[in-house]
Amino acid sequence: MYSLEHKKYLKKIRRNSILVHLTQILIIALFIFIWQFAANNEWINTFIYSSPKSILETIIDLYKDGSLFHHIWVTFYEVIISFILGTVIGIVVASILWRFKFLARVLDPYLTILNSLPKVSLGPVIIIIAGAGVKSIILMALFISVIVTIINVHQAFISTDSNKIKLLESFRASKCQIFFKLIIPSNFQNIISTFKVNLGLVFIGVIMGEFLVSKAGVGYLIMYGSQVFNLNLVMTGIIILAVMASLMYYLIVFIEKRCEK
Amino acid sequence: MLKDKVILKIRDIRKIYHTKEKEILAVDNFSFDLKQGEFVAIVGPSGCGKSTILSILCGLEDASSGTINKVDNLKFGYMLQSDNLFEWRTIYKNCILGLEIQNLKDKEHIKYVNSLIKTYGLLEFKDAYPSNLSGGMRQRVSLIRTLATKPDVLLLDEPFSALDQETRLAVSDDVYRIIKKENKSAIMVTHDIGEAVSMADRVIVLSDRPSEVKNIYEIKIKNRKNPIENRKTKEFSDYYDLIWKDIGYHV
Ligand SMILES: Nc1ncnc2c1ncn2[C@@H]1O[C@H](COP(=O)(O)OP(=O)(O)OP(=O)(O)O)[C@@H](O)[C@H]1O
Ligand SMILES: [Mg+2]
Repeated sequence: MYSLEHKKYLKKIRRNSILVHLTQILIIALFIFIWQFAANNEWINTFIYSSPKSILETIIDLYKDGSLFHHIWVTFYEVIISFILGTVIGIVVASILWRFKFLARVLDPYLTILNSLPKVSLGPVIIIIAGAGVKSIILMALFISVIVTIINVHQAFISTDSNKIKLLESFRASKCQIFFKLIIPSNFQNIISTFKVNLGLVFIGVIMGEFLVSKAGVGYLIMYGSQVFNLNLVMTGIIILAVMASLMYYLIVFIEKRCEK
Repeated sequence: MLKDKVILKIRDIRKIYHTKEKEILAVDNFSFDLKQGEFVAIVGPSGCGKSTILSILCGLEDASSGTINKVDNLKFGYMLQSDNLFEWRTIYKNCILGLEIQNLKDKEHIKYVNSLIKTYGLLEFKDAYPSNLSGGMRQRVSLIRTLATKPDVLLLDEPFSALDQETRLAVSDDVYRIIKKENKSAIMVTHDIGEAVSMADRVIVLSDRPSEVKNIYEIKIKNRKNPIENRKTKEFSDYYDLIWKDIGYHV
C-alpha cells in the first residue's frame, strides 16, 4: 500500500494533466467560436477567411458526392508509401555509412549540399522523369525526407557510446552483432523521433507534389479551390490535413508506446 | 592445466596515442609474464596507462610496438572501468550479454549466471533496469557479466571502486575464491594498495606516464588464506608500507 503522501502526489499529477487537457480543449473551442462569431458579425471577410460553419458544410458536400474519402485516401496512400520508403531507405543508407566510415566521409559534402538544396526546385525534373502522376509525388516526398533521415540517423549511430562498443568488442562481437545488439536498441529513441520528423517532411513533399501534378488528393483540393476562388474548399483542405497529420502523429506515438513495452 | 605454466608473455609494450594536437606516450617498455592460476595486481598513479595496458592485452587496442605471446585459445574476460550497462536491458539480460554474443546460452551457463546473481544479492533486481540500481550494484552486474562467459584470464579494471568498504571486502573475497577454485588467472588494476596486497600473488607498481614497471613485488604471506584474512597478517602491513612509499602518490 502507498503512503498518504504518495497518494497525494499521484493525485496531484493526475489533476495537473487533466487541467492541461481541459485547457487545450478550451483553446480550440474558443478559437472556433471566435472565428464563427467574427464571421457572423462580418468582422472578417468570409470570402477569404471562410468560417467554421461553411467549412463544415463543404465537408458534408464532399462527403455526399463521395469524393471526401477518395481525396483523403489518395493523400494518405501517398504519404504512407513515401513514409515507409523514405524511412527504410534512410535507415539502410545510414547503416551502410555507419559500417563504412570511408564512404561516409566521402559522401558527407554531397549530403550536406543535397540537404540544403530546396527540393521543390527538383519538381520539374522529377515530373519529366517520372511523369505527371503518383510516382512523381512519391519521388518528391522521398527527396524531401530521405536526406534528412540519412543525416540524422547516421549522426545518431556514430554518437553511440564508444565504451559500450568496446565492451562488445571485448566479447569478440562481430560488426553485425554490435549493430543489432547495441546500435539499433540504443538509438531506438532517435529512430522514433526520426519517424516523427519524417512524417512531417513526407506530408510536405506529398502536398507539394499534389500541387504540381495531381488529379486527386487533399493537395489537389486545395490547389483546385484556389484556382476557382473557392476559399471554403482551400480552408477545408487545410483542416483535413491538420486532422490527418495529428492522427498519424498519434499513431506513431502509439506504436512507440507499444514498442517500449 | 599445469600450474606455473606461463600463459601470457608480454615484452616491451609501447603505446602511443595519436591525436591531431599531439601524441601521448601512454605505455613504455612494459614487460611481464602471467602464469596459469596467478593473480596479478597493477597499481599506479591516475592516467599512467593502466587501462591502456588491459585494452592492449584484450586485443582492443594495438600496441605501437612490442610483442604479446599467449597460449592458444586463451579467453579473456574484460571488466571495463565503467560499467557500460545497457539501459534498455534488464539486469538479467545484461548479465547474459556476453553469452548471447558468444553463443553460450546453454543450461550450464545460465545456471551459473543465476547463481552469481543470487550470490551478489541481485536476485530481487533481476528484472529491473539498470537505472534503478546504485553504483555498487551496477558494478556487481558488470562483474557477473564478465564472469558469465567463464574466461581463462580476467582483466579487471578497478572492479570494486564503486562498492562500499564492507561489500568490497566480501565481493573481492568471492572473486578471489572463484579465480582460485577454477585455477584462472587475473590481472587487476586498482588504486587500493590494501586490495592489491591482500588479493594478488604479485603486485606491479607502475611509474607516472609513460608507465614503465617501477617494481614488482612477490607477495609472500605465510598461511595465505582469503583476502580478508590476509589483511590481518604482519606481512600485509609490511608490503603495504613498502608499496605505499614506492608509489609516493598521495591519494
Ligand atoms: N583513445 C585515446 N586517445 C588519446 N589518448 C588516450 C586515449 N586513451 C587514453 N589516452 C591517454 O593515455 C593515458 C593513459 O590512459 P589510461 O586510461 O590508460 O590511464 P589509467 O592509468 O587507466 O588512468 P585511471 O587510473 O585514471 O583510470 C592518459 O593520459 C590518457 O589521456
Ligand atoms: Mg583507467
